[in-house]
Amino acid sequence: MTRVILQRLLQGLLVLFVLATLTFFLVRALPYGPFQDERAVPSHVRERLEQLHGYDKPLVVQYAMRLGNLARGELGTSLKVMEGREVTAILAQAFPVSLALGLMAMLIAVPVGVAAGVIAAVRRNRVVDYAVMAVALLGICLPNFVIGPVLAELFGRRLAWFPVSGWEPRDLSFMILPAVTLGLGSAAYLSRLTRTGMVEVLHQDFIRTARAKGQRESWVVLRHALRGGLIPPVAYLGPAFAATVSGSVVVESIFQVPGIGRLFIKAIETSDEALIMGPVLIYGSLIVVANFLADLVQLWLNPRLRSNS
Amino acid sequence: MPPLLDIQDLRIHFHTRDGVVRAVDGVSLQVEAGEVAGIVGESGSGKSVTAASLLGLVPMPPGRIAGGRAWFDGTDLLRLTGRELNGYRGKRISMIFQDPMTSLNPYLRISTQLIEPLEIHEGLRGKRALHRAIDALESVGIADAAKRIHAYPHEFSGGMRQRVMIAMALITKPDLVIADEPTTALDVTVQKQVLEVMRRLQRETGTAVLFITHDLALVHEMCDSVTVMYAGRVVESASAAMLATGPRHAYTRGLYRSNPAGAGKGCALYSIPGSPPDPARLPGGCAFRERNTLGDADQCLADHRPELVEIAPGHHVQDCPGCLAPSQD
Ligand SMILES: Nc1ncnc2c1ncn2[C@@H]1O[C@H](COP(=O)(O)OP(=O)(O)OP(=O)(O)O)[C@@H](O)[C@H]1O
Ligand SMILES: [Mg+2]
Repeated sequence: MTRVILQRLLQGLLVLFVLATLTFFLVRALPYGPFQDERAVPSHVRERLEQLHGYDKPLVVQYAMRLGNLARGELGTSLKVMEGREVTAILAQAFPVSLALGLMAMLIAVPVGVAAGVIAAVRRNRVVDYAVMAVALLGICLPNFVIGPVLAELFGRRLAWFPVSGWEPRDLSFMILPAVTLGLGSAAYLSRLTRTGMVEVLHQDFIRTARAKGQRESWVVLRHALRGGLIPPVAYLGPAFAATVSGSVVVESIFQVPGIGRLFIKAIETSDEALIMGPVLIYGSLIVVANFLADLVQLWLNPRLRSNS
Repeated sequence: MPPLLDIQDLRIHFHTRDGVVRAVDGVSLQVEAGEVAGIVGESGSGKSVTAASLLGLVPMPPGRIAGGRAWFDGTDLLRLTGRELNGYRGKRISMIFQDPMTSLNPYLRISTQLIEPLEIHEGLRGKRALHRAIDALESVGIADAAKRIHAYPHEFSGGMRQRVMIAMALITKPDLVIADEPTTALDVTVQKQVLEVMRRLQRETGTAVLFITHDLALVHEMCDSVTVMYAGRVVESASAAMLATGPRHAYTRGLYRSNPAGAGKGCALYSIPGSPPDPARLPGGCAFRERNTLGDADQCLADHRPELVEIAPGHHVQDCPGCLAPSQD
């Protein structure tokens, strides 16, 4: 077990290293730099700025310096979006917002998706199944930027159940609409995966054994089928969570949520390297950690895997 | 005394894309309390479907009970709702399935699965249920049962898993155990051990067993009475002793002659030619006609199905002149 964890840790570090490298060179390959502005900057000023931030050195040297800083946990300062502020400080403020939003989205998506999938599987090829799967398909196909405004209009403006946009720490009502928007796709996908998993398990011999014992159908489903049926959706849970948190880029803009997403977009627009690198690494770590946690849940669900490792 | 189980003219159809499959087409058979009754027949003859229908385990759709009765202790099992059947399943009638590798839930401990019938039918939980389960495991010859009961199925071999299935079937002391080819999936040596366990426990508990197999040799090791099935129907039924000394139907004779243990008497090993008819397109006459080389195929009924008749007390056979004709050699 310790070996597996250690292995995964090293793998995770490797992923982050590759991400950092790619991000660094991609940002430098952008046709515009952080010291270019709409208004022309005098060339001597720009040279001065570039010198100050090390942009005049050879690319490889800059890359080495950047990696060195990152290894020491220094994310650097934002050059453009929040000029002069430490990226660490910016993220410390914005990341919890994005994380809370992502968690809330998953908190809605997982029970809804799994329950819908189980119901569809139990009633497979009946009206309920077709209805659930049709809604799920819609949920997968409709992009956030369509669902978000529709929800905002309907539940925010017309019915006025929730605030249309904005954010108040510790006020859940601001969180609901963006979280639902963000979680809908995951819920839809989870429901399809759960259905597939459950249908497969419900066809297995041991389900017949459980029925032959006189077990009630609801318990056959919950006790005998659910564990096996949850394996496909759980495998997707790690990536789904990461995708949800990073997917908040669009949703945060729609609902004016002060998370990482909005900063990230502005950072890319202005080639603000440090403020791109920070979120990229956070998203990367999140994906690594979420996948690892999903694997642990897999192990817990499946005793056969457990005894192999 | 009426038999414990009395199946009358059971008909089960499957509605498939290829048409209506008449998997069970008028089967009658009886199981007396405490006896071991065998069903023998080739693959596809409808043995499993017959057994599964008793506990309402035939998937419907595509399956449909097209007719018949299955009297068990005064109740027709075929007319019970799922909820009513749950009072019988695993309590008065339990079932052992063919494949021990897939019949136990891989996600649950053996203990959980063994205790389940006690929970459901006797409301027994915790320590007392566990003790009963450990006793049951010991009775099927699993050493170190108190410890191994907490293992998962994949930590057990096929033979051990089938022992677990047997323990699970017997834990509520049922009146009838349906064993659907319980040893087919096992190696020969393991097969012997598992059968021994079954036979010993059957004698100890006095439970009736409906023992399904395609192996005549096993029938004679295990059973008091035998029903031979072919193409969804009963072709012959008698006590095991009677059938061994005087099989009448050409199919039954073929089964004996093709069995290395049963052939004996210097006969060359025989094999029944061809394969059973497609159950979606059963012929209007004798279904065995095409394969009948031990009787006289020309005399086989062509226009109507042969009926089951009693040719000696307790010995029933399909009344087809071609199949009853004596062997040519
Ligand atoms: N779910 C189903 N759908 C369609 N046809 C079925 C179904 N289950 C069984 N049948 C058909 O019913 C017939 C009898 O099957 P059954 O499983 O009872 O045979 P069996 O005598 O137990 O054979 P085996 O020795 O292979 O177990 C077969 O022709 C099979 O194709
Ligand atoms: Mg079978």
